[in-house]
Amino acid sequence: MVKMTGGKAILESLKRHGVKVIFGLPGGAILPLYDDIYKDKDIRHILVRHEQVAAHASDGFARASGKPGICMATSGPGATNLTTGIANAYMDSSPVIAFTGQVARPLIGNDAFQETDACGITLPITKHNFKIMKTKEIPQIIKMAFKIATTGRPGPVHIDLPRDVQSEETDFDFEAEPEMPGYKPTIEGHPLQIKRAAEIISEAERPIVLAGGGVIHSNASPELSVFAEMLGSPVTTTFMGKSSFPENHPLALGTIGMHGKKAANKAVTESDVLIAIGCRFSDRSTGNVQYFAQNAKIIHIDIDPAEIGKNIKIFVPIVGDAKRVLKSLIERLKEIYKKGKTTAWVEKINQFKKEFQPKMDYDEIPIKPQRVMKELNSIIDSNTIITTEVGQNQMWAGHFLEVHHPRQFISSGGLGTMGFGFPAAIGAKVARPEATVIDVAGDGSFLMVEQDLATCVLEKIPVIVLILDNRRLGMVSQWQELFYGGRLSATLLGESPDFVKLTEAYGAKAEYVTRPNEIRPALERAIKSNEPYVLDVIVDPKEHVLPMVPPGGRLDQMIG
Amino acid sequence: MEREHVLVALVENKPGVMQRISGMFAKRGFNIETITVGPTESQELSRMTLVVKGDERVLEQVQKQLNKLVEVIKVSDVDPNESVIRELCLIKVHTPDQHARAQVVQYAHIFRAHVVDVSPESLMIELTGDSDKINAFIELMRGFGIKELARTGTTAMQRGAKIIEPKK
Ligand SMILES: Cc1ncc(C[n+]2csc(CCOP(=O)(O)OP(=O)(O)O)c2C)c(N)n1
Repeated sequence: MVKMTGGKAILESLKRHGVKVIFGLPGGAILPLYDDIYKDKDIRHILVRHEQVAAHASDGFARASGKPGICMATSGPGATNLTTGIANAYMDSSPVIAFTGQVARPLIGNDAFQETDACGITLPITKHNFKIMKTKEIPQIIKMAFKIATTGRPGPVHIDLPRDVQSEETDFDFEAEPEMPGYKPTIEGHPLQIKRAAEIISEAERPIVLAGGGVIHSNASPELSVFAEMLGSPVTTTFMGKSSFPENHPLALGTIGMHGKKAANKAVTESDVLIAIGCRFSDRSTGNVQYFAQNAKIIHIDIDPAEIGKNIKIFVPIVGDAKRVLKSLIERLKEIYKKGKTTAWVEKINQFKKEFQPKMDYDEIPIKPQRVMKELNSIIDSNTIITTEVGQNQMWAGHFLEVHHPRQFISSGGLGTMGFGFPAAIGAKVARPEATVIDVAGDGSFLMVEQDLATCVLEKIPVIVLILDNRRLGMVSQWQELFYGGRLSATLLGESPDFVKLTEAYGAKAEYVTRPNEIRPALERAIKSNEPYVLDVIVDPKEHVLPMVPPGGRLDQMIG
Repeated sequence: MEREHVLVALVENKPGVMQRISGMFAKRGFNIETITVGPTESQELSRMTLVVKGDERVLEQVQKQLNKLVEVIKVSDVDPNESVIRELCLIKVHTPDQHARAQVVQYAHIFRAHVVDVSPESLMIELTGDSDKINAFIELMRGFGIKELARTGTTAMQRGAKIIEPKK
């Protein structure tokens, strides 16, 4: 058997899982592993300027590619800086594998320099975590980590690596299969439940499909299209499900929820059968649950049994992988489904869609954000990936942008993490270098992570950051204007910094955009440049994201 | 309807499992009345008994969330009517005089409890039974003055041929 250091065993195990890129930043407790990274010729390590960026970038990498993303940090502050990114991946079920250095085994528990109980900290924000105490167990633990992160409901796994484990010599045995007697995700839906669901669906006159992020994770978009077309059923998505169904499809309604489409929210409310696939009925999606799809029998397909019945009463639960279950449902329905039942319903839906056309063609200066979305829509193609920050920028993007291909829209849904979009764009661009990657940003969010422009410049990662620059923590100020008497407590950001000068200081390109007709040419220049590029689009700070379901309100009673 | 449920979980015998479970309960806002853990006939497995208060929906979520933990192998909802449910309690009672002492010994006898330690001022009683029995005994002892009380929490096993074992 080959002898090697723990550090090398880690890299070797990662490579055997197809890993080519690691995002990270070193420190004392992970020095031995970084020495092995230095010697390794096959793995690209991307040095970030803050560990949070490493975690989000690996998350963006995972979401853009469907493969697990890897990030790394030292013990103590390195580990705690990673945690926002890990929590973010956890809330959105993203397969991230995070490594942290730890003080050497004999020092654990002594409050040694830069010691934190990293596993204790990540326990509630990971699908699972490991502290490797026996060097020879490295390959098996990494195998388990990949299996856990990528199968069933995906999610982040954290591995804590004591310093002396990284440097210790060990026999490298990759063959032995680890045992996980308690880990057996259910993949196939139960045939009886599928039969029941098919019967209910075939009776439906006003069906609606609600597709969540799970459809994207399970690569079930082709099946979703077949299913929806077969039924003649309109499709709406949750925010996380955006891009799982082509938004230019005649049956597409766009997103539901607090800042979703009016037509989608109305359609859900009026449906008689709701087929929810790979979603978790978050409060941002459902509004007041008492009134959510109150006329509908709800069929819930999800790979995580704990999601079924957690927030909403379910008529037919189906535990299983979205793709497999959809396939079985399609097979079943082929025999019993009679077309034509939904014609009147689809007509009504089209009526809703016409009635609630959002306005985007504003010519005002300062620029209205809706206009920016219109211009973005004109350049988005199958090779574009949009990431977003958090706040108004995110909700405008979610509401107005039209995306047609899975993994094209990447955003922090569950945790709502400002400073996610830019690092996620970096990760997405690394995963798919041929794609045009645009972060739709707010000025507040971008300032949380802008230091990694340096990473983009030095590592040649040409992402575009389009800042909707309103000099505010816009979404919070919107709530203050709507619900707190307009008292703008701590939400005005003022005139610092100058984003163009800031970007230029990093050696990246930037321009101001102040007029609506400049947006598209500026975007085209940015795309063409093939360099990291910041577009500082000065937008109307008074603009609200509307329509919206007020907190605790009903989906079918949107304001604005 | 809200009531107490007794759950038995077979878990991998690894460090940190207890922390994962109690962490999950804290995070989800579930109430654990008692939790006990100990080895089983297999070295790889530990067995936990959890007493949880809540309605059917809470119980279902507790079971599902437990099952989601990678190191939890099996979770069973044990029907108290078809199971032996036991707890051990040690109780040190204030018995300054002959009279009190005699009475406590008599009560202990009725409850099939044992006197396991004697000192001039107190008696230590060991009692096993279900929670109701133990609660009743504790109530009786309050009149004398309880100096110290220790309860193990509930453990349970189904009667008859039924066995809780890892899924095959
Ligand atoms: C890390 C973090 N801190 C605070 C918040 C609360 N929050 C939500 S939206 C928002 C404002 C975001 O401002 P900006 O990035 O400028 O975007 P805008 O809403 O103006 O488009 C804040 C502070 C958050 N979501 N994340």
